[in-house]
Amino acid sequence: MGVPMNGSTQALRRPTVLAVYSLLVFAFLYLPIVVLILYSFNRDGVGGFPPKNLTFHWYRLLFNDVAIWDSVLNSLLVAGGAVVVSLTLGLLAALALDRAEFPGKSILRRLVLLPLILPGIITGLSLLMFAVSVNLQLSLLTVFLGHGTALISVATTELFAGLQKMDRAQEEASLDLGATPWQTFWRVTLPNLKLSLVSAGLLIFTLSMDEIAVTFFLIGRDNTLPLEIWARLRRGITPEINAISTLIFCVSVILILIWYRIRTRNIGSGAQELLERP
Amino acid sequence: MTPANPSTTHADAAPNATETLLEVRFVSKRFGMREVLKGTSLQIAPGEFMTLLGESGSGKTTLLRLIAGFEQPTSGEIWMSGERLDTLPPYKRRVNTVFQNYALFPHLTVRENVGYGLQVTGVAKAEIPGRVAEALRMVKMEEYASSRTTKLSGGQQQRVALARALVNRPKLLLLDEPLSALDANLRKQMQVELKSLQRELGITFLFVTHDQDEAMALSDRIALLKDGALEQVASPREIYAHPATSYAAQFIGHTNFLRAQVQTGVAKAGSMQWAAAQPDGSALFSLRPEAIHLFSGSAPAAAVRFRAVIRQQIFSGASELLELELPGQSLRARVAARGPITGEHEFWFSPSDAVAICE
Amino acid sequence: MYSRTYKSIVSLPPILWVGLFLLLPYALMFAHSFWMVRNGLIVHQWNLRNYAALLQNPVYLEVLFRTARIAAGVTLLSLLLGYPLAYYMSFHAGVRKELLYQLVIVPLWVSYLVRGYAWKTILGSDGVLNGFLQYVHITHVPVSFFLYSPFAVILMLTHIYTPFVFLPLYASLEHIPRNLVEASHDLGAGSRATFLRVILPLSLPGLLAGATFAFVLTLGDFLAPLLVGGPSSVMIANIVQSLFGTAYDWPLGAAISVCILLLTVSLLFATERLEKRWAFR
Repeated sequence: MGVPMNGSTQALRRPTVLAVYSLLVFAFLYLPIVVLILYSFNRDGVGGFPPKNLTFHWYRLLFNDVAIWDSVLNSLLVAGGAVVVSLTLGLLAALALDRAEFPGKSILRRLVLLPLILPGIITGLSLLMFAVSVNLQLSLLTVFLGHGTALISVATTELFAGLQKMDRAQEEASLDLGATPWQTFWRVTLPNLKLSLVSAGLLIFTLSMDEIAVTFFLIGRDNTLPLEIWARLRRGITPEINAISTLIFCVSVILILIWYRIRTRNIGSGAQELLERP
Repeated sequence: MTPANPSTTHADAAPNATETLLEVRFVSKRFGMREVLKGTSLQIAPGEFMTLLGESGSGKTTLLRLIAGFEQPTSGEIWMSGERLDTLPPYKRRVNTVFQNYALFPHLTVRENVGYGLQVTGVAKAEIPGRVAEALRMVKMEEYASSRTTKLSGGQQQRVALARALVNRPKLLLLDEPLSALDANLRKQMQVELKSLQRELGITFLFVTHDQDEAMALSDRIALLKDGALEQVASPREIYAHPATSYAAQFIGHTNFLRAQVQTGVAKAGSMQWAAAQPDGSALFSLRPEAIHLFSGSAPAAAVRFRAVIRQQIFSGASELLELELPGQSLRARVAARGPITGEHEFWFSPSDAVAICE
Repeated sequence: MYSRTYKSIVSLPPILWVGLFLLLPYALMFAHSFWMVRNGLIVHQWNLRNYAALLQNPVYLEVLFRTARIAAGVTLLSLLLGYPLAYYMSFHAGVRKELLYQLVIVPLWVSYLVRGYAWKTILGSDGVLNGFLQYVHITHVPVSFFLYSPFAVILMLTHIYTPFVFLPLYASLEHIPRNLVEASHDLGAGSRATFLRVILPLSLPGLLAGATFAFVLTLGDFLAPLLVGGPSSVMIANIVQSLFGTAYDWPLGAAISVCILLLTVSLLFATERLEKRWAFR
């Protein structure tokens, strides 16, 4: 482009006030989490200061907590299902938005984005009413339907961006060389979207594992992990919850960093694109 | 070839202190491990059209940005009108820039763009509209005053960028390859307009380009940069006629290089020999293609004559380039177009046209 | 290049799924808002009673306004925290930009519950903050208003939504060509003037996008009040939640939801139009 996009303008004065302020903002963002992690090792509970008697006791307790691990399994099932459904439908929707013209196309695009922009309670309640009206019992299935539906737009946005980046001539070349559209899809289109698919899948997985608002209204007898923790909170808080939260945090961080690396590799430094408008 | 404008020839030696507007003193610039400018010194006289000419990576843009204030020299100083310039931030310098991609503000109209510098430096509100209108008139963009800059063509944006810089009456105007994004015809037109504008206003222009034709057409003096150092600073005619180095010889215009052995005042290259004032030993000579003539019966007494085979003929309208081959040497000759011609012919050149190059 | 079959195959499944599991449910919610409850059962009798109740009963409006105030507070604070950070990172962070960016998005995607719970343990009477203050002898008794108060709700939600506001803002700032900043300096504007005249106007689309999301999502939040809020910080979504729970009145709950929905959608629509006008592309 020829235009210097990365600060080749020298800062003529070191902006120390701004730098300090930014540091404080980072502190604000991370301090609560640091405290939470610290107190997961505290024998004497989640409050008070300073934490004494550091121990792994709560982690041992967590390890033997069957109900928690059951809920983890439930969450994994739902998340796995959500990834499959969202990716499939998201891929189709992205292809449709990229290549097809049909009445109501702009409505579809907006409709698909709605669950991400609207507060979760609205989507959750709507689906609850739907489930009741078709006599569908609340269970992991309803949760799965909720997640799958709500997260389609994540997949659509990501895959649409990937399609736009793709060189259209590749598909034309494939057809020119004798491949059918079906073959072209599997041999050319899909491989080009590999990175987008992985990146979208990771994000959907993480969002599904953490989802509460929509899940709140669709949960049946079996809890997902966030809902199990929520139920515990009602009974009283112990550092065991700190422990499971710490583990969730660590896993999330790893997943998010992997996701970020993949995405920046895929789209270049425009990783902001998905994030700026979910 | 572009018609050369009658340009004021300045002395090749630096003008003395009272005639210097801008002085670059032993300025070096390093980016990390790379030294982009190596102890460069340059003086620019008031009212002159000076061009920084060079390939990409030669340091010409860096030097411009140092003068504008967007970079700081690693060592060295820059002075303007007897005062230190490089310690001032860009917004305090009486220097304005026309950027390569124009850098017009997309959220402001043409009028607002042009008036921006006047507004932020606190020029009297009543004065601004008049000066903006005058600047727009200068670049012939008055009727676009209320337009959004994003709606304008490249050439139009370029004029607005020019107006925006000139309206502030800077002491020095910096132009960073402003014509490189325009197509060939528009470019030629803008060159003519720029030159006459500079003449009319008398503002000192420092112009950066990699295009030697452009440099020759526009400049009072050219500063040729190579790898961060100045090869030669002189008027276009002077550089063309007496290139100081082989790089200068081949960068500005086209040339042939003749490697000759000099012995007691005679230079010998293959079958050619001529009188030369160089000391004994190996010497390099630059011979412009248009200095080689096709022998058509008569030639000056001191002419160097030789025979060569015409390998290729490259037609370009009024003239054509002949690629010549002779034992141990290939040359190019530019002659008036004369229809297809092949085979071995006789050629000649004047010894005074063979310019010795310092190596 | 794409046949009609191809286009049908790719369009139909998403349309059908979204129609069935999104459009229909939303429509159902809409329909419910016009029904009513009689003798503990939902009766499909079309009426405007719910909406009348909303307008006439001052409690609902009061809670709605309180929710809007909290949402505005959260948005404002998030902007105050997020904008300088985004500006610093975009213009002054140099090579550390990438790393800092990752540091910002990590809290964004880490569990809402984890972050909310962290605040719960910090702000309580026996919490970490009170413990710390007493330890360094700044206070001698626990301060109670830290937790179970609007203060706690706003604090927690600001913590949640600052990265949310940051992202589109940062993207907007990154999109500003650096030569515009140089041009502004070249023409005589110092850092402050350049920020006010060039950077801020060009960052408005991102600012608007971020602020809208923060506001809209806070408006419909019901978890924060349940975690760290008290009786004086009940938000409109909590009322809806209880109407679908113990206070069994789905039609009324649906009506309030529809109102939230309409409010949200019109806000998004308005800001989208504003963004287009300010896009300067």
